[in-house]
Amino acid sequence: MNKEKRIGIPRALLYYKYNVLWHTFFKELGFKIVTSPATNKKILQQGASLAVDESCLPVKIFLGHVDYLKNKADYIFIPRIASFKKNEELCCKFQGLYDITVNTFPDLNILHYNVDVNEFRRESLEFLRMGLTVCKNPIKIFRAYRKGKFKQKHLQKKKIRRQARLLKNKKLKKILIVAHPYILFDGFTGKTILDYLKSQNIAIIDADIAQKKLVKKLSQKISQDLYWTYNKELVGAIDLYKNKVDGIIYVSAFPCGPDSLVVEICQKKIKNIPSINIIIDELQGEAGLITRLESFIDILEYQQKSAKNYKS
Amino acid sequence: MKRKKTKQYRLSFPHMGNYHITFKTFFKALDLEIVIPPPISKQTIELGSRYSPESVCVPFKYNLGNYIQALDRGANLLLQAGGGCRYGYYGEAQKHILENLGYDFEFFKLRNKRNPINIIGDIHKINPKIPFYRVLKAFLLAYFKGRCIEKAEDFLRKNIGFEKKKGQLEKQFKFFLSKLDQAETFTQARQLTKKYLRIFENIPILKPKNLLRVGVVGEFYVVLEPFSNYNIEKFLASKGVEVHRFITLTGLLNHSIFNGIIPNHEVNQYLRHAKPFLKYHIGGHGTDSVGKANELAKKGFDGAIHIKPFGCIPEVNAMPALQNISKKYNFPIIYLSFDAQTSDTGMQTRLEAFYDMLTMKKNATKK
Repeated sequence: MNKEKRIGIPRALLYYKYNVLWHTFFKELGFKIVTSPATNKKILQQGASLAVDESCLPVKIFLGHVDYLKNKADYIFIPRIASFKKNEELCCKFQGLYDITVNTFPDLNILHYNVDVNEFRRESLEFLRMGLTVCKNPIKIFRAYRKGKFKQKHLQKKKIRRQARLLKNKKLKKILIVAHPYILFDGFTGKTILDYLKSQNIAIIDADIAQKKLVKKLSQKISQDLYWTYNKELVGAIDLYKNKVDGIIYVSAFPCGPDSLVVEICQKKIKNIPSINIIIDELQGEAGLITRLESFIDILEYQQKSAKNYKS
Repeated sequence: MKRKKTKQYRLSFPHMGNYHITFKTFFKALDLEIVIPPPISKQTIELGSRYSPESVCVPFKYNLGNYIQALDRGANLLLQAGGGCRYGYYGEAQKHILENLGYDFEFFKLRNKRNPINIIGDIHKINPKIPFYRVLKAFLLAYFKGRCIEKAEDFLRKNIGFEKKKGQLEKQFKFFLSKLDQAETFTQARQLTKKYLRIFENIPILKPKNLLRVGVVGEFYVVLEPFSNYNIEKFLASKGVEVHRFITLTGLLNHSIFNGIIPNHEVNQYLRHAKPFLKYHIGGHGTDSVGKANELAKKGFDGAIHIKPFGCIPEVNAMPALQNISKKYNFPIIYLSFDAQTSDTGMQTRLEAFYDMLTMKKNATKK
């Protein structure tokens, strides 16, 4: 067989966190990579009709993407990640993602890896295991993984540097957005918010871009019990950036398990900065969202003016 | 835990079915005053949902309502357990909400890794002056009482609604609970259970010939707390359906005894039954739901009821697998989700339709 094998990577959920790792890994192994386009109405509708009514919006979107890819690739790539560290967990939807997809699409050819500390399954070994099902050279697989990991880290560092430069800029108004990247950068859920803020010339500070170790330590200041890895990182980032920004926007999808509790605690604990909680569902209209953002930005401006008057 | 010497602690905990008797027995060993919150009522859920975040799951709201009612009755030390999914984070969120409401209290949360050794150790920390063996003994007695309640409840569930004189079983069961609450030794509890099981058995019961057997699977709290699932078991019994339920508190503890020694012991037990529909653990109690439904289908039950609080992620994860079980074995499953506002009658209409469908299916297969 000379023909390249095609692997489909759905552009949803953890794609926004590990896309560089996955792309490099599969490219090194000689795959042709097919990714789905940014979420559009058709994908969303397809996903919503396939998923259980009550599952959260990102999962619906994910299933829509899988549906888009199912006839366009030889393999579909789906990760199952339960926990990276002891006493930490990921939201249950990532734990069940593999089984949800298998049960929704019974005849799918799936490549998957499973990271679970409680079962002693570590990421590097799991990539090796996954790679061995399609390639016979373990050294090649391990190199591909290392290269992907290196590129991912490099990109993250670059992003942090860029964000630090933005934070020093005193002319721009800065707003911290606390949201999972799969909500913020998704074509349906986060695009309106990002586009609108950009059009208003506001610098967007992404809470997901920060040094992970530092941020995890800082999260203890706001919540001691938190055990969801991604939420921990976001909460720590709030503490890191809160004195450098003008306002905070929390964006979450409906119904989100962890966010429903975490956002509540954050809003109660961080009081001296104006904040807004935007919950997005599948029927979200653009106009309503923009009105809310407009009024929030008006509040920010009004507050700054009154603060200036008070000083002078 | 730092504590002032002069302060008198009054301990309280949320309700879950009839298990307040077991909890009370356990915490009695601590030499603290115990405040049992009033039984769950409409007021509880109203209070709870008024102060809870909007999209949180229903058990959170019930627990919060229990806490507020207990605090109003003078409790000042609240207990919360921990576990998988969102439940492990309940404690901190509830503590914040109650503090913002202006109550003065202390909050004690058990570790998220539940196994009996951890639980006993954590509880002992509340009052370290008490010798350890007393806490251990209280735990064992509480566990035993839990078993007693479950035995009686199991009998009740299978037979309630079929008595000649309606309501007799429930009346006796209430006597049993109040007596068991006062039992202080193993022998007393055992004798009481024996005595009352005999009384239950002596109540004349009429069962129709082609009985429908239905299993209840789903999320832990909603299955165990009859108020939160609008007494669907009672409703089904009144229709003449034999209800089987497998989720019990002591069952959960039994599974988790080895959790500290053998990693993922509990989950692997569940996964064994859930094959081939699940490959991995899907979080919370979802794996168990799939496993139990799979078993029910194989055993030839007439149907299953899957109940969960609205937005429960593990159970939603389980639903695609349950749908496949339903397809493969031609096994009807009804999916009900409960929220603070779901109306009683709506649920009953859906259950009636489900019941009609089951009877029609049974008659059709007979011919």
